[in-house]
Amino acid sequence: MQISRDILTRSYQAMRTIREFEERLHVEFATGEIPGFVHLYCGEEASGVGVCAHLGKTDTIASTHRGHGHCIAKGVAVDGMMAEIYGRRTGVCRGKGGSMHIADLSLGMLGANGIVGGGPPLICGAALSHKLLKDNGVAVAFYGDGASNEGSTLESLNLATVWHLPAVFVVEDNGYGEATGSSYACAGTQKDRAAGFGMPYFECDGTDFFAVYEAAEEAISHARSGKGPAMLHVHLARWYGHFEGDAMSYRVNGEVTKERSERDCLVKFRQRAADVSLLEASVLDEIDAAVKNEIDAAVVAAKKAPLPEAEDLTRDVYVSY
Amino acid sequence: MSKKSFRQAINEALRQEMRRDPRVIIMGEDVAGGRGGTSGVQDAWGGVLGVTKGLLTEFGEDRVLDTPISEASYIGAAAGAAATGLRPVAELMFVDFVGCCLDQIMNQAAKFRYMFGGKARTPLVIRAMYGAGFNAAAQHSQALYPLFTHIPGLKVVVPSSPYEAKGLLIQAIRDDDPVIFLENKVMYDEEEDVPDDPYTIPFGEANLTREGNDVTIVAFGRMVGFANQAADRLEKEGISCTVIDPRTTSPLDSGTILDCVADTGRLVIVDESSPRCNLATDVAALVAEEAFDALKAPIRRVVPPHTPVPFATILENLYLPSVEKIEAAVRSVAAYRVKEEV
Repeated sequence: MQISRDILTRSYQAMRTIREFEERLHVEFATGEIPGFVHLYCGEEASGVGVCAHLGKTDTIASTHRGHGHCIAKGVAVDGMMAEIYGRRTGVCRGKGGSMHIADLSLGMLGANGIVGGGPPLICGAALSHKLLKDNGVAVAFYGDGASNEGSTLESLNLATVWHLPAVFVVEDNGYGEATGSSYACAGTQKDRAAGFGMPYFECDGTDFFAVYEAAEEAISHARSGKGPAMLHVHLARWYGHFEGDAMSYRVNGEVTKERSERDCLVKFRQRAADVSLLEASVLDEIDAAVKNEIDAAVVAAKKAPLPEAEDLTRDVYVSY
Repeated sequence: MSKKSFRQAINEALRQEMRRDPRVIIMGEDVAGGRGGTSGVQDAWGGVLGVTKGLLTEFGEDRVLDTPISEASYIGAAAGAAATGLRPVAELMFVDFVGCCLDQIMNQAAKFRYMFGGKARTPLVIRAMYGAGFNAAAQHSQALYPLFTHIPGLKVVVPSSPYEAKGLLIQAIRDDDPVIFLENKVMYDEEEDVPDDPYTIPFGEANLTREGNDVTIVAFGRMVGFANQAADRLEKEGISCTVIDPRTTSPLDSGTILDCVADTGRLVIVDESSPRCNLATDVAALVAEEAFDALKAPIRRVVPPHTPVPFATILENLYLPSVEKIEAAVRSVAAYRVKEEV
């Protein structure tokens, strides 16, 4: 597999940005300054980045409540995201969406989504737009193992197949739907579910960027070439709780520590880059430093940014009313 | 101008907008019908009541999309397509089926623009049949426009005649917000003169179908016709009524309602939806708050009982508002006099 230096560099940078963003939110959330709920994507970075490495601005994604990683992977500006999470007027949604609703339609980012299983039907529609407007785009639904049991998701697998849509269904299987294990909640297998709809199925280790990149390439090129939808099953682990503040009493001691020490996608990326002389360590170090500065600046700016005004309360309910 | 049925008026609005704008597509269960059948692709049904008949033949399979019986997926797909460049008109068949896809309407389409800080446009129309009078029983007869009216981000249209239906549907399709367009299933064969050319009727501008001095009647959808009949009969008794057809429940033309109540001082509201938290309670609250001093009599609501819609004709007739019930309500408010304080 050949991956250009440019894609490798950008992908590492995106993964590192997600990691820094989320780790910083973990710290900042504990101070009580961030309102609402926050669901962190730490440990899952290679999935969003490995998939989005194959997507351009004319492609569409729909995300989940755990959406920061997908937003960054699709190119949403980090400072605008941070300001949004702090509920500031300078946020990408003017402080009216928050962590669970970050969207930028100009980048093909159809939104994080507070409703489990909310995205797959929307992605059928985005895929229909790509098909009828003939822009060669594909639409990708990210959803978790929890959402894989929603009727809306299963209906979408059917509709996308019936309509022969350029859609990819990416199941990010982190083993837990909130506090309930997927081994309990998911009957059968994702593979058999795809087969049940006559849909090609690909799977990969979601902590290995290169594995995700390769599997996503197959799934996305299948959809883009007009052969209909595909499913990509990404196995990964969630490093934090369902939401910040979750004590994770449903996981044995050491589970997360082991994941962090043995399956860190950034460590694995660096290892692979060094092993086959893809990128020099100094380049990656520079990225790490630059990302850290960017996140620092985003937090400082977000804390100083103006709050929404009273007039914002009733703005933008409708285009016109 | 020619006589057209409610059904033909809607078909013509869809056809003319699909000719005007290639981004307009329709989707729904059996909007064409026949795909996968042994007769091959054809215009088999055109919707269960034939409203979309002929559109497949003119616009082809890409723009007239039959769906599986799978409301959550295709209503959500319509929302997603609307947010990404198409202008879908999705047919939900019976509005009661919203129970299978409310999330996609309530939590997705309705909220995109606000949640995303004004950056989304969702030019989506969802058409559905509503209303009792068809012996369709409890799961196929509801008048759920209050449910949609309650949700910020949605516009809700309840046309009262074929002329209104055509102009309001064209407006809905050209509108950049999600619109719920509700057609009373008993009215599809009603006819009146409807212009052949496309035209629009703006949202939030009520229509006065009768003008009088004594009592204001506000009625929605099919109830506008009932209210007109009641007003015509009452005129002969010497009670003159204004009848207001708000056309849209969201936005609601509260200004016209308040102006008319200021003139007549007496108000009857006719609403065939379930009586709690319906449009009648909404209008009553508006008037009680904004026009209390103008009122010369208590507000009367002509509404069904708080029950599911029954099946048997005798019960369904008892359930629905009727011309007679409206007449009785108007007579009572017209005769009402404030007791002199002792």
